[in-house]
Amino acid sequence: MTLGRYTCRRLLLGSVQVLAVLVAVFLLVEALPGDAAVALAGDNPDPARVAAIRSAMGLENPAAQRFATWLGGLLSGDLGSSLVSDRPVTEFIAAGLPTTLLLAGVTLLLLVPSSVLLGVFVARRAGGRVDRVVTAATIGLHAVPEFALAIVLVALFGVELGWLPPTALGADPLADPAVLVLPVLVLLARPLCAVTRLVRAAMVDALASDYVRHARRLGLTRARVDYAHALPNALAPAVQQLARTTDWLLGGVIVVEAVFVLPGLGTSLVDAVAGRDMPVVQGLAVLFGVTTVLVNLAADIIAFRLAPRAGSAA
Amino acid sequence: MTDPFPTLRRRGFLALAGGLALAGCAGTQATESSAPRSGGRLRAAFAGGGAKEVLDPHMASLFVEAARSKALYDKLADFGSDLTPVPRLAEKWEPNADATTWRITLRQASFHDGRPVRAADVLSSYARILDPKKAFRAKASLAMIDLTSSRAVDDRTVEFVLTRPYVEFPNALATFSAHIIPESTEDFARPVGSGPFSFVSFTPGRSTVLKRYADHWDGAARLDEVEFVLANEESARVNALLAGQVEYAHDLSPVTARAHESGGRVRIVRSPNSGIQAFAMKVDRPPFDNRDLREAMFLLADRPQLVESVLSGSGQVANDLYGKGYRHYAESIPQRERDLDKARFLIKRAGAEGLKVALNTSEAATGFVEAATVFADQAKQAGITIEVAVGDKDTFWADTLKNGSLSSFRSGAMPIESHVSQRLLSKSTTNVTKWARPEFDALYDKAVSTVDETARDGVYQEMQRTLHAEGGYLVWGFADWVVGTAQAVDGVATAPANTLDWARFDRVWLR
Repeated sequence: MTLGRYTCRRLLLGSVQVLAVLVAVFLLVEALPGDAAVALAGDNPDPARVAAIRSAMGLENPAAQRFATWLGGLLSGDLGSSLVSDRPVTEFIAAGLPTTLLLAGVTLLLLVPSSVLLGVFVARRAGGRVDRVVTAATIGLHAVPEFALAIVLVALFGVELGWLPPTALGADPLADPAVLVLPVLVLLARPLCAVTRLVRAAMVDALASDYVRHARRLGLTRARVDYAHALPNALAPAVQQLARTTDWLLGGVIVVEAVFVLPGLGTSLVDAVAGRDMPVVQGLAVLFGVTTVLVNLAADIIAFRLAPRAGSAA
Repeated sequence: MTDPFPTLRRRGFLALAGGLALAGCAGTQATESSAPRSGGRLRAAFAGGGAKEVLDPHMASLFVEAARSKALYDKLADFGSDLTPVPRLAEKWEPNADATTWRITLRQASFHDGRPVRAADVLSSYARILDPKKAFRAKASLAMIDLTSSRAVDDRTVEFVLTRPYVEFPNALATFSAHIIPESTEDFARPVGSGPFSFVSFTPGRSTVLKRYADHWDGAARLDEVEFVLANEESARVNALLAGQVEYAHDLSPVTARAHESGGRVRIVRSPNSGIQAFAMKVDRPPFDNRDLREAMFLLADRPQLVESVLSGSGQVANDLYGKGYRHYAESIPQRERDLDKARFLIKRAGAEGLKVALNTSEAATGFVEAATVFADQAKQAGITIEVAVGDKDTFWADTLKNGSLSSFRSGAMPIESHVSQRLLSKSTTNVTKWARPEFDALYDKAVSTVDETARDGVYQEMQRTLHAEGGYLVWGFADWVVGTAQAVDGVATAPANTLDWARFDRVWLR
């Protein structure tokens, strides 16, 4: 199969997957107790008031009909409006997306070179003291959940030492990039460990393979053998892991957004579910679904290009 | 200064905390007040509702929305710290002999665009709230106004005609979110009010910037600007305050207050009697339709333990009544103490030995689940098994209004009269305890139509004696409201949340 046909088939499959996600999300949020009217009424659930809110929101229509109407709008490019504030869903996405993209972008920009270099560095010293230290450190750090690391870093560098801002409250991250340091460190920690370990393992395998030994016998320099011949093969599994990390980052990492007050897409989703604001939940589900499909497709294609035999595109 | 890091320690960072030195931990608590001065921007961190928040004052329901409305708008009246209505945009109010018609004289005030505040603006604002097609929160509190008969006598005089005698009408003028907006306003993208601050900018879910309105009728604010920023995590609000990213952090937990009170880095401002903590028993269904069993529940509760463990001591023991320190509160009723023997006797008389009952709770309010767990232990000692059922926090209030027989309850400040009319009458819309008695309804009607202050107070006392003896609310505590500020902030009053002096940034200054 050619790469072009493969891509088309995957995209078609992807749109079916996104549709399935939308139906599932709709059913799940419908299954939650209460609706947007009840959530909005809060601690003043006067039944007459709830009924009035419900009618103002158009929630009396059957669920299937509301879903169909919304889906019809989606096909013509309209994501609908928030039940609560009546602002277009696109505004909610536009409000959270820059923060999420910025965090994901900076994290990936640091993650890819540092994890690959570190992985190769230790793989070339496999079994040595440096390798053992790095392996122990990556396993240890990987075991620390984001929220715990975030709280430690904030308490130490943000509050006690005062070196870095503990939150991004009221700050513009572009104008004041210092607010991004701690959140990016937290986001970086676990993926860095995971990717480094994958690169190291694959590189160790590649360096022990027949073709690398053959290349060495031909008298190629060590650097050329390692970086031009072994590394591309070693990167294929790491690319899959990077795709998962990218997807995770683009979904908005709620814990990090909450601790550091960087309201991105994750926060938008949590707020929307809490308010049972279905159009916003659905709009974000479309975005996350499409992101997942595209990121994984891109990863498969890259892995295929890097190592045609090992890639999963075949 | 023996324990500089109690919050950290609680989270298990003993080793880390032990290795750190706290800069300035020997600092003295600066509690003395400074002379008011003008200038500066105050950044205030509140919990928020995310990107869905709105600037329409009549749609407000969150604390940040209430605080922002207070800065941008005025009400005709607001509540003093004892929940007595205080005139605001209304200079005075004069009822007729039977309190069915009220003449309100407006102050000479102006909106931020220079237009005067007129009687027409007041009538139009109330008409908007009372619109039958809308569902504004203040609608129920203003429902006794007969709008078609009410009129503007002149530009600064409004005459409200009521559908029934209502001596407490000023409570309605002060009700939550009953703000006065310019006539026929429907667009709140750039809100215009008559409050002490005018609009500068708004980013939903993030920040609102307001600036001093020099011509405010109550005197100009001292701050040049106030910025509301949103952080839903309490820890984030505290961290931002400690690091100087904000100067005011709203709604802190008692644990945080205790941890930072003596540290000298921030000031902790506690406002007593800001809310009740309670359990609501539904009196219309088994098992709590039995009066003896309700009294047994009152007697088995160990209130000091609940206050100490759930509120970390930031509060006071309550006496199964609403509104300690508020006008008409029945101070004379003796404090109920724990009496396990009597509780066991009453349980036996009610035939409820070995009773198992579910206590519906959720994370809808801080401390709910903890209080339920502690109370379940206390009930166990009297032979009643309480099963703590943790439900969905987003729909908790609607769920517990209809279902179950025992649930967690809390309420912010409102006059005792409002508490009764909203929750304890046959026709009350949020009657969680299902307390519906014609003779009690009649007492309420008598109270709100009795013009004589002393006679009226007597009726309120009688109502509270009944509720204390056999009502459905087991009110165990009055929680303090806790706010943290930077040392440079002065003029923050201790007032229950949602009263006039709470979050009143026009009275705050920076040293």
